[in-house]
Amino acid sequence: MEQIVLFSILNGLVFGMLLFMLSSGLTLIFGMMGVLNFAHASFYMLGAYFAYTLASRVGFWPALVLAPVLVGLLGALVERHGLRRVHRFGHVAELIFTFGVAIVIEELVQLVWGRPAKSYQVPAALDFPLFHLFGSAFPAYKAFMLLVSVAIFVFIFAILTRTRAGLIIQASLTHPGMVAMLGHNVPRVFMIVFGIGCALAAVAGVIAGPVLGTFPGMAQVLGSVVFVVVVVGGLGSLSGAFVASLLIGTLQTFAVALNVSVGNVLMAVGVPAAASAALHDVWKVTVAQVAPILPYLLLVLVLMIRPTGLFGTRET
Amino acid sequence: MKAADAPTAARRLAVADVGRAGVLRGYGVWLTAAVVLIVLPWVVRTGAAVPIMNQMGIAIVFALSFNMLLGQGGMLSFGHAVYFGLGGFLAAHALNLAGRGTLYLPVPLLPLVGGLGGLAFAALFGTFSTSRAGTVFSMVSLAVAELMAASSLIFDRFFGGEEGITTNRAKAPLLLGLEFTRDRQVYYLIAFWVLLAAIAMYAFSRTPIGRMANAVRDNPERAEFVGYSQRWVRYISFCAAGFFAGIAGGLFALNYEILTAENMGLNASGVVLLMTFIGGIGSFVGPILGAIVFTFLQSMLSDYTGIWLLYLGILFLATVLFVPIGMAGVLMLHAPAWRARRVGRLAGPYLVAGVCGLVAAVGVIGLLEMLHALVAADTPSGVRRLFWTAVSLRSVLPWLVFTGLAAAGALGLRWAGPRAAAAFADANRAGAGR
Repeated sequence: MEQIVLFSILNGLVFGMLLFMLSSGLTLIFGMMGVLNFAHASFYMLGAYFAYTLASRVGFWPALVLAPVLVGLLGALVERHGLRRVHRFGHVAELIFTFGVAIVIEELVQLVWGRPAKSYQVPAALDFPLFHLFGSAFPAYKAFMLLVSVAIFVFIFAILTRTRAGLIIQASLTHPGMVAMLGHNVPRVFMIVFGIGCALAAVAGVIAGPVLGTFPGMAQVLGSVVFVVVVVGGLGSLSGAFVASLLIGTLQTFAVALNVSVGNVLMAVGVPAAASAALHDVWKVTVAQVAPILPYLLLVLVLMIRPTGLFGTRET
Repeated sequence: MKAADAPTAARRLAVADVGRAGVLRGYGVWLTAAVVLIVLPWVVRTGAAVPIMNQMGIAIVFALSFNMLLGQGGMLSFGHAVYFGLGGFLAAHALNLAGRGTLYLPVPLLPLVGGLGGLAFAALFGTFSTSRAGTVFSMVSLAVAELMAASSLIFDRFFGGEEGITTNRAKAPLLLGLEFTRDRQVYYLIAFWVLLAAIAMYAFSRTPIGRMANAVRDNPERAEFVGYSQRWVRYISFCAAGFFAGIAGGLFALNYEILTAENMGLNASGVVLLMTFIGGIGSFVGPILGAIVFTFLQSMLSDYTGIWLLYLGILFLATVLFVPIGMAGVLMLHAPAWRARRVGRLAGPYLVAGVCGLVAAVGVIGLLEMLHALVAADTPSGVRRLFWTAVSLRSVLPWLVFTGLAAAGALGLRWAGPRAAAAFADANRAGAGR
């Protein structure tokens, strides 16, 4: 039991920090531009694929830097020539646009790299068990993932709170008009933030590709969960995204680890097995099966009880 | 409206009913539609025509119901297929019960079962989805879609797991001796329901609550001051949209006799967004046009290429970026010039721009197809037929030719595009002058 709990916490932490890398960019973009970027997870996927291709040419470490830079540039281009165009039609139009971008990116990935999953491997230098606990090994690569995501977290936090650029970004979040009056090029700030957000998603893709798999559906798998994180944490709130990432990360890993069915639980409480056949399906549902539903239930609950999200200050 | 304002005003998304300009006034349109629907299977006689028209009919109802949310209510749903699918599953189960004799249900009434199912679930999920508009609404609809996708894996008995639920319309009791064993019979049943649903949805958009949906879309605050609860107005629209989506789902169950969880998945919800938007969300005919064109392209393209969804995605993106009013919106824009009999003047510039666009499209399609043939590795000979010629994938020349065509077409468009726009403005200006 201790083993399950400990490893679930560790895995939850790794997954949660990964979610944070995606959601931090998404929530920053949302906070500034009011755009919920549907294609955010697609840039995560592009990061993984770029890194897969680059890693086979120049090795994993250069790819870890190069892939996010390329994806960041691509993101900036999408903002400059696509998003800015539809900006004046309102937020729903922007959402529709990013939805289209997500479709096209997924299809292009299938076109260029093919449908089957790619064997994007953990680099050899990190392919060893870091430590053993209760007879189970904890891979060094997961520790590396954790390290990278914590480093990114510290990096974003430092930039936003300690530098002049961060000051401008924070000001543009709430008072874009005033910042423009002071002579800053707000559209350019938007473009840069969009690019950086996409680059962050790509970093997540580079390091998650070997663990979660590199396949054309990987954006869809994580995309919706990231939206949940951002909405639950409070749209535009970085600290909210951090807490919600860890919450949903651990929630999902714990639920997956528990192989208990509804029937088991009710049996333990003293309720007899399902009498009618109609309820049979419900009875044999395990907690692990419910795991994919949990984030969405949480989302619906949060929106009903606290529409601003956990740490958010405004509704949209 | 001044002529100079026309293009800018037209670029606004969700412009107040472009199509209202008398086009749908009176019963003439509906009678014409009925006549067209009746004679269509006798005019179009190719083998696959009737099944494709059935598919179009289902898509039309679905897209129209989707536009009740997006176009008329300003609510972008990423999970509209949930109500389509649930209605369809309920209809399929009802048909199975009818086949076993447990339930008296003639086949022609089946879509109604689907509709009521869709309505019931929309009434349930609508309670929390419609509390807010905008991005939050979209997110909740996405969450509901994900919830249902995950639930479909759990509730095997209702959703039938991987294989889905199959049914058989031949076993149900007959109404007035009508049996639905041949394609054409099914076509007329679907056509009947499509017309009925379209009339009902159009009528809904003319009721006070339908008009209030527009008001809430454009300015919820003012709508509240008029005395309407914005939440309640959205809820009613949402339920109505769920009802008609359920009818489409019932038609689907009736036509294909099988439903799988995929029919209510995220992709199905995405497809309806694509077709509605390409058709144009600003007018009532937009979704109809979009459903017809999209279904046609889908069934045609998928015969020729493996990357048809990429083309449709690009078409969608191009629509969002350059003509957010959609095909119907563009057609409606030309109504004044048409009435002033000045459309003829546009033919020249439009033709030039169209040829440039075609050249660019050929170039891009050629490049994409060659890439696809290389990656998919299903062409061991290294030769693929493209545009009626054999193209060798391993030589440089075809790549250069297609890149050249794409570039030339794009440059031509840059030159011809503004000219076509100027001709359009000119035709309108002259019309307003005299």
